[in-house]
Amino acid sequence: MGQWAGYLQLILDGAVVTIQLTLMGSALALVMAFIAGLGRLSRIAPLRWLATAYIEFFRGTSIFVQLFWAYFVLPLFGFSLTPLQAGVLALGLNVGAYGAEVVRGAIRSIGKEQYEACIALNLTRWQGLRKIILPQAFVLMLPTFGNNAIELLKASAVVSLISLTDMTFQAQVVRAQTGNTLVPFLTILLLYFVIASVISFAIRGLERYLTRGLDGIRS
Amino acid sequence: MEWDWAFVVQILPTLIEGVKITIIATLLGSVLAAIVGLVIAIVRRSKNRLISMPMGFVAEFIRGTPLLVQLYFIFYVLPDLGITLSPLVAGVIGLGLHYGTYTAEVYRAGIDNVARGQWEAAKACNLSPLQTWTQIIMPQALPPMIPALANYFIAMFKETPLLSAITVLELMNQARSIANYNYRYIEPITMVGAFFLVISIVSVIGLRWLERRYGKID
Repeated sequence: MGQWAGYLQLILDGAVVTIQLTLMGSALALVMAFIAGLGRLSRIAPLRWLATAYIEFFRGTSIFVQLFWAYFVLPLFGFSLTPLQAGVLALGLNVGAYGAEVVRGAIRSIGKEQYEACIALNLTRWQGLRKIILPQAFVLMLPTFGNNAIELLKASAVVSLISLTDMTFQAQVVRAQTGNTLVPFLTILLLYFVIASVISFAIRGLERYLTRGLDGIRS
Repeated sequence: MEWDWAFVVQILPTLIEGVKITIIATLLGSVLAAIVGLVIAIVRRSKNRLISMPMGFVAEFIRGTPLLVQLYFIFYVLPDLGITLSPLVAGVIGLGLHYGTYTAEVYRAGIDNVARGQWEAAKACNLSPLQTWTQIIMPQALPPMIPALANYFIAMFKETPLLSAITVLELMNQARSIANYNYRYIEPITMVGAFFLVISIVSVIGLRWLERRYGKID
């Protein structure tokens, strides 16, 4: 029984790395989603092209290929990354590209009258966006952002293949040392599911908090 | 380090071998996902909560956990229980089950989109449940689902590199073995990326066409 406690400790250490990756990756993804999403709605054509190229590129190739490219090919150009940096970079940029489409869709779904009201109140474009449009659009983005965060958590298992000691990597270590396959893999499946449930619970709570007092106003 | 076209030409045949396996895995996985999704969607509609609730939980569980770990589970745990699968079969089962939980949601939305009156009319015409499903509901529900289903099949295609982790010799695995053998990463990995990018751009155009042809559901 004592040895299992040790192995469980190993897997929990991996869980910490997985959670770190998910949090840092989500933070980068959120920033990239807003930059690229707003970029696609920009009035400046080159900015739109740049944002579209970024989105199509990162949605078009798989996270796995991007991660390997970041870890094995970038050093050849003189950017050496630790596995953790490569993982956060690839996960954040990949999920950010998906998030950008969410940002764009939510902003475009805000009614025309809101934009007209901004003009009528003589707000600048930036003021209108920040004070009128985004607060309404952000609530619409939240549920999909939650799903994207769960996708990011799931994709983070891939980093075990570039020797980052996340939960999946540690499960493989336990498998190699004990020869037992069922226990380590079932344990991490359950842990992944628990983390995913926590994310969707937190997002639902945040959504309720941001829409408090808006019942019946929001369609 | 420089890009070497001669090396690209030299490794191309090996990569094409990998492409074949990638495509086979995607096609078989898509068929399995289409069937699994339909089963999940129909079982979840069951009025008996003892049947629909556990199925709902299983689907949520599969959707909330990483495909890579599921592949490991199928490939390493099942042999201990007496079921030995070849890597490709294990990979296809993993892809099919994982994406089946996604296609189930597409089926659900498509079936919910069929107007209530159609169900009532089928009952009024004294059709059996099987006839109702095959003659009335599915023919109306399926066409709007096609673009959404295709979208998930494209997503599955992009996830096939994960199969390299359970030793399937698909494109990514071929590229990695070339890279490790020659100690040149830039060409193989970039080629794989370019290949996926091209296929994905082509499939986006195809998807737009499907959406125009069949309409779409949200």
